[in-house]
Order: sequence, then C-alpha cells, then structure tokens
Amino acid sequence: MHALKKTRPLRRIVLASAATVSGMVLLLALKPHTSPEAASAVPAPVPGSSASASAGTPASGTKSVDGETVQTRWGPVQVRITLKDGKLTEVTAVTYPTDNPRDQEINSYALPQLRREALAAQSAQIDTVSGATYTSDGYRQSLQSALDSAGR
Amino acid sequence: MADAVAEPAEAPAAVRHAEEVMGTVFSFDVRGGESAVVRTALAEAVAGLHRVNEVFSTYREDSQVSRLARGELTVAECDPEVAQVLELAAEAERVSEGWFSTTYRGSLDPTGIVKGWAAERAAREIASVGVSGVSVNGGGDVQMFGTPEPHRPWRVGVSDPLRPGGLAAVISAAGVDRLAVATSGTAERGAHIVDPRTGRPAITDLVAATVVAPLLTWADCWATAAFAMGSREGLAWLESLPGVEALLITAGDEVRCTGGLAARLG
Repeated sequence: MHALKKTRPLRRIVLASAATVSGMVLLLALKPHTSPEAASAVPAPVPGSSASASAGTPASGTKSVDGETVQTRWGPVQVRITLKDGKLTEVTAVTYPTDNPRDQEINSYALPQLRREALAAQSAQIDTVSGATYTSDGYRQSLQSALDSAGR
Repeated sequence: MADAVAEPAEAPAAVRHAEEVMGTVFSFDVRGGESAVVRTALAEAVAGLHRVNEVFSTYREDSQVSRLARGELTVAECDPEVAQVLELAAEAERVSEGWFSTTYRGSLDPTGIVKGWAAERAAREIASVGVSGVSVNGGGDVQMFGTPEPHRPWRVGVSDPLRPGGLAAVISAAGVDRLAVATSGTAERGAHIVDPRTGRPAITDLVAATVVAPLLTWADCWATAAFAMGSREGLAWLESLPGVEALLITAGDEVRCTGGLAARLG
C-alpha cells in the first residue's frame, strides 16, 4: 500500500526525535513559569558566575543563566543553565529540597536525568516549534517557551 | 540583549522577543541586520499584531470585525486590511472547496486566517529591513525568511500531539529563502471546524495536520482544512496543491505524509 510505504521512514524519525526531545519536558517541569516579557531577553547572567563573554554577546563564549525557583513535586528547585557559544552545555540545580526523604531521589536520579535529557534535547537543534495553537498559559509550559528563554 | 557588534562571518546577532497577543504568544527570532533598525522593525511588527487584534477580534464587541458581522459597518468603512483578509479567506474557501470557511453559525468569523496572515506579515516586515534571517512563530504556526546562521537553515520541530513535549518530525528550510510550517490540531478551534457537506462539526480521524508551504497564510488555512477533511481526503487534496507538503497524524498514531515531504525533513 502506498501510504504505508511512505509512513515507514517517518516512523523512525518519530521515534528518534521523541527520544531526544522528551528531555525538554523535564527541563520545563523544573523551569520557572517564564512570562512572555521575561522571555523577551536572554536571561540575565548570574552575578559572580564565570562568564567569559561580555554582557550582551550571548552568542559567543560561556555564560550561565539561572531560572526562577519553581515548585516541583519534590519541593522548590532552581536550575542553572550553562551556554557555550549559544549551545546548552550543562544543566545543574542550584536550589533543591534538602529536608525531606525524597532528597536522595533527586540527587541520585532526577537531576542527572534532567541534565542528560536536556543536553540530548539540545542535539535536536531546532529553532522553533510548530504545533496546535497554545493559549498564553499553555505557552509557559511549551518547548517554544524553553527555546525563547534559553536562546539556544 | 543580543545587540553585539555584528560579526557577519560568524553567527549574526540574534534578537528574540515573545509577545502575548491574540490569546496566544508570538515568538520572534531575528538574526543579523543593524541593531537599531531591527529593534524598530520588531517594535513596529509587534504594534501591528496588537492593531490586528483590535480590528479583527471576535471577542471584542467593538472591533471592526464584530461591528461588520452585526452590519454596523461595511467592508469599505473598515481598515483596508479587513478587505484584504476577507479576499484571502474567500480564496482559501474556494481552493479548499468550503472546508476552510470564515462563516461560523451564519456569522462572519475570520479568526482562522488572521493569526497566520498576521505572523506572515510581521515576518515579512522584519525581513524587509535587511536582516539575514527572521522567524515568527504565532502560537505554533511559523513563518521563516533567510537563515539563522551562515550555512545553517531554520529548523522547525513539529510537536507530537500524542507525546507531549516530543517531536513528530523536524522540518528544515534548507535550500529555500522562505518557508512556513502550520499545524492544526484537536486543541485548536475544536468543533469550530465545520464539515461543509453537512454543516455540522467535522468528524476527523486526525489529531494533527501539519502543512509546509512557502507562506504562512496558506499553510495555516490548508492545515485547518486538511484537519477537518481527515487523513484520506486531506492527504489526496494536499497532494494536489503545488508547492505544498504535509504530515498528518491520526488518532491511531499513524503518520501519513505527502510524497515530497521527505525533501523537507531535517
């Protein structure tokens, strides 16, 4: 059947892409709700971070940006993203819960997974996302919102 | 922000902006160009989107389109953009044999064409001031011109409706100077899409229809129409349109695409 023939190569793409980008969701789960206004600029460099690029040249050099603190099911988490030449190279947590029994889970599992998956998502190398129209609220949890904030 | 001294041989400076308007968010990504000029063009494009919303919103009682629908204004008395959009919508309705329509429950409602048209126009306005690339994403529908970096095309992820956060495909603008990608899905408009043969809400086996075409006004209309048609009729109809490629995803997680889509996959 014609349609089936066409379908096959695409299936593989679906699987590969789903695997690489699913990590962005986790990143978003830990990402702050970024208001559209805040997304209008590359987030401010972290004071005291080892940013080697001068301010205003986010496309080159290394710099770190902090997300806002967000509530996760484990407690408040704040993520720091390191960009090198505009590419996401590292994701670390600067704030995470320390006063409940799930701490171990976060430190040993959730955060490393977040890091790995966010870096994998970066390798999909996309500039923007097409999908069924989201509402203004939906945008805050979208891949597009992450791309706008991270500045790739 | 990214107002670095431009280094044309390297990655051109990027200016990004996200604007909440028309019930969604428009994301701008502009590369290269003279910083002050880009900023002015961006500000004008954003202001243009808000003006479009004021004129075309069916949620505002006092918008020109609402007044037009109530017969309080004639098309000639509206801003010239109204006649322009209605003309484009009439063409979309003709080409789609009524599957795309601006008549909803007997009343004028051009909502289905306005967002794509406005994003395309905003992108074109910014492209015209001498930038190396621009991408305008209006709530999930994208118009791109030029390139983001030398030797690298714009790349658009198509979100997978059955795996939130995942991508069903990546579309590349390699080799073309302009490209649009629009997706119509279950989250969008809902029962607002009417089967012209029955006059009732369209019954479709699709969860998403993504259309790739040079310009967003049409990509957006064709995605809406194909989504309502369903996978079989939609795919056959899209194949008949010159310069148009598409990817349809059914509720059963089947992916159907037009014959030429493979050339656009990144």
